[in-house]
Amino acid sequence: MLYAILSTFLVAAIAPAVHRVTGRASGWVLGILPAALFLYFLSFLPAVSSGESIVLSWPWLPGLDIHLSFLVDGLSLLFALLISGIGFFIVTYAGRYLEGHRDLGRFYVIILAFMGSMLGLVLADNLIAMFVFWELTSITSYLLIGYNHENADARKYALQGLIVTVGGGLALLAGIVMLAMAGGSYELSEILANGDVVREHSLYLPLLILILIGAFTKSAQVPFHFWLPRAMAAPTPVSAYLHSATMVKAGVYLLARLNPSLGGTEIWFTTLALFGALTMFTGVFLAFRSTGVKQVLAYSTVMALGTLTMLIGIGTETALMAAMAFLLAHSLYKGALFMVAGILDHEAGAKDFLQTGGLRTALPVTAAFAILAALSLGGVIPLFGFVAKELMLESVLEAPGLVGILTLLAVLTAILGVAVAAIVGIRPWFGSRVETPKTPHHEAPPAMLAGPVVLASLGLIFGLGPGLADEGLVNAAAASVQGAPVDAYLALWHGVNWPLAISAFSLIAGGLLYWRWEQARRALAWVDQAAEYGPEKGYFKMMDGLVWISEWQTRVLQNGYLRYYVIVIVAMTAGLVGVTAQLFDVSVSAVHFERLQIHEMAIIAILVASMLFAVLTRSRLGAVAALGSLGFTVALVYVLYSAADVGITQVLVETLTVILLVLVLFRLPGFLSLSSTALRLRDAGIALVAGGMITLLMLSTLDARLFDSISQYFIEESEPSGYGRNIVNVVLVDFRALDTLGEIFVLALAAIGVYAMIRFRAEDRR
Amino acid sequence: MSMHSLILRTAGHFLLPLLLLFSVFLLLRGHDEPGGGFIGGLVAAAAIVLYLFSMDIRSARKVLRVDPRDLLGAGMVLAVVSALPAAFLGQAFFTAQWWEFTVPVFGEIKLSTVLIFDIGVYLVVIGSVLTIMLNLAEAED
Repeated sequence: MLYAILSTFLVAAIAPAVHRVTGRASGWVLGILPAALFLYFLSFLPAVSSGESIVLSWPWLPGLDIHLSFLVDGLSLLFALLISGIGFFIVTYAGRYLEGHRDLGRFYVIILAFMGSMLGLVLADNLIAMFVFWELTSITSYLLIGYNHENADARKYALQGLIVTVGGGLALLAGIVMLAMAGGSYELSEILANGDVVREHSLYLPLLILILIGAFTKSAQVPFHFWLPRAMAAPTPVSAYLHSATMVKAGVYLLARLNPSLGGTEIWFTTLALFGALTMFTGVFLAFRSTGVKQVLAYSTVMALGTLTMLIGIGTETALMAAMAFLLAHSLYKGALFMVAGILDHEAGAKDFLQTGGLRTALPVTAAFAILAALSLGGVIPLFGFVAKELMLESVLEAPGLVGILTLLAVLTAILGVAVAAIVGIRPWFGSRVETPKTPHHEAPPAMLAGPVVLASLGLIFGLGPGLADEGLVNAAAASVQGAPVDAYLALWHGVNWPLAISAFSLIAGGLLYWRWEQARRALAWVDQAAEYGPEKGYFKMMDGLVWISEWQTRVLQNGYLRYYVIVIVAMTAGLVGVTAQLFDVSVSAVHFERLQIHEMAIIAILVASMLFAVLTRSRLGAVAALGSLGFTVALVYVLYSAADVGITQVLVETLTVILLVLVLFRLPGFLSLSSTALRLRDAGIALVAGGMITLLMLSTLDARLFDSISQYFIEESEPSGYGRNIVNVVLVDFRALDTLGEIFVLALAAIGVYAMIRFRAEDRR
Repeated sequence: MSMHSLILRTAGHFLLPLLLLFSVFLLLRGHDEPGGGFIGGLVAAAAIVLYLFSMDIRSARKVLRVDPRDLLGAGMVLAVVSALPAAFLGQAFFTAQWWEFTVPVFGEIKLSTVLIFDIGVYLVVIGSVLTIMLNLAEAED
């Protein structure tokens, strides 16, 4: 399992090389990986469908109790199969769709890395591991959405998607940590078995809110729904993969995964059902009034995500069964339809439904399977979408509360859903032939047709034989969402009942709406103006605010005057020392000047004299020399107290500092009295206070001894365990080597910083 | 930047190898006597800077042969690499490894990851001091 997930990242790393070698066939060659993974996951099917769940674990950071552990049960296996299965079609499809694109190699890298992250996310059993994969999907999808990085819109909306999902990710991280505290473990398999403990824990409400923010942003629930359609700036294969089958379902996956431990409460039901139903309606409504091919599909994805959230919120056995069936149905038809959208763009150059019409003769195969997938979208018998929709309506009618509003929204959604399906399934193919930007000369190539054909056909096969999907996986998946075996089953024909009546009614009403599509859209034009004030407006306001704040604080803090930087640093240090000394009641015992010996007095005299000279002199060179003498005298102090290494270092550093100052000295103007007396008094005051504070601090450390000194240990252990007699060096390179590593790292960074500063100035001048 | 002093230039020629040798000596003896990578690195950097003052920037770069920035990188790599053997042996990060063996003429030799680490420190110190010094001196011209 570990190797299965790692293999995606490894293959991602060599993908550009593979692409270079295999050229046109690269899509098929790289498609071997997801296909192999699909077969690998399929091998778990017999065990999982008989109700087993398998946990596989590798130690990762054992010290922090973080393991790389994987949980294979119905839910994660359903997702893993969808991700790898659809992944295969996407990779082969992209090989042809983006053929000849300059960055196709890079595309393979990101999409395979994304696939690996997604697999890791759904299979992870450890919460931290899951979170890491969660963030990886955000980052890789950012790169995928912004794939056409020379396009300003692609960059902008990639960033928007990233900020929304990563912002939610932050909330999720806090939620996960709380969940682990409440559940007593970072392992999902243990937390899920501890549902009651979590639900009764005092952290339940905050952790629920945080996790819901994470899931809602990722799965584009109202009011975060705006980023998903915007993410259509991505190339079509990416949209097909991320925004139908995988990435956006991550939030839904999380909700389903945590249902056994978080679900079943009043607040869970109300929040999920309401937000889900609202999202469902908003999505389908906006889909109905859009005309862009990918826009319509994207909004209908929002609808599907809302439906799934609502169903998980309702949480009855039928509802969970419906959720899993709907999930499968949606992934199949939406994957197929997005790939069809890509074919429309690729062959006919059409990005908008208004540009299309009568294409069935030019693209007969595409048309046939697009219609099949659209029928599933509309929930028409005998497709799998119908099975899922019947179950959905049934569970809404039997919901434990809010039946009225949920039913209303569900019925409206069903009607508009049929209309949207008609837009997708009828508009481009029938009617009079509309002149498309490109005239399609031939059917799409096999690599691009394979996906729509297989996925749409599966929708029909599962519809005619729901038992196949049911016994295979859907039942096991619903059982892992419920946390207990599920008795419900999938069937094409439930007899004549309310859901069937609603379906029939929505077919007729939806058909009428499609017939009047043009008028309806015109009547809904006001939505555009209303959308100006939607949540996306809030997003842009927030981004503007961030920029404003950072500009303001840059102006204040990074003012470019060295003197202010120094004043802030010195005053801050003195202030902090002073406050701390007050708070902790630091005392200084008497200093015994009478014990000073004559040579020590001489050293002090030199120190004070050099200091006074440095402050008072009018010559810059004199000041530098005085500072140098100060440094050398300090080195002398070190040597006197038998710290030879420190003394040598001080001498060398002092020498180099003086050389450094001499190097820049020529460039500086002479000492001029530019500042007023008041300013100089202020500076003197700050210097005196800071110096006094540091002196106080030094003196007080002589008395205060919070812990036993470690120096005795170093002295004793230096030779036996460090094999060295020079204790200072043994401490530097052995006992505290990690500290030294950090220090030389800082040193290197500082050198690079200085280098950059000098170079940029030199280039500016040129 | 040249000071055009014959005495300085002649002294620089002779002092450079001596100082460099001395810096290596300091580096190697550092574990038992005062010295070590940090001090050794400073001495080596000072040697090159002295050469820079006695000659000019071009000959200083020439005598160094490599860009000081490469020394920075190499030093960091060595320092990190020295931490790895312990990790592969299943010990705590940065646990020192010692190998002792006897070589004819030289007698007993002690080698260790600590030495590798110290050489890393030595190179980083030379690299950072010279990166700053040489570039400043170049900016002068």
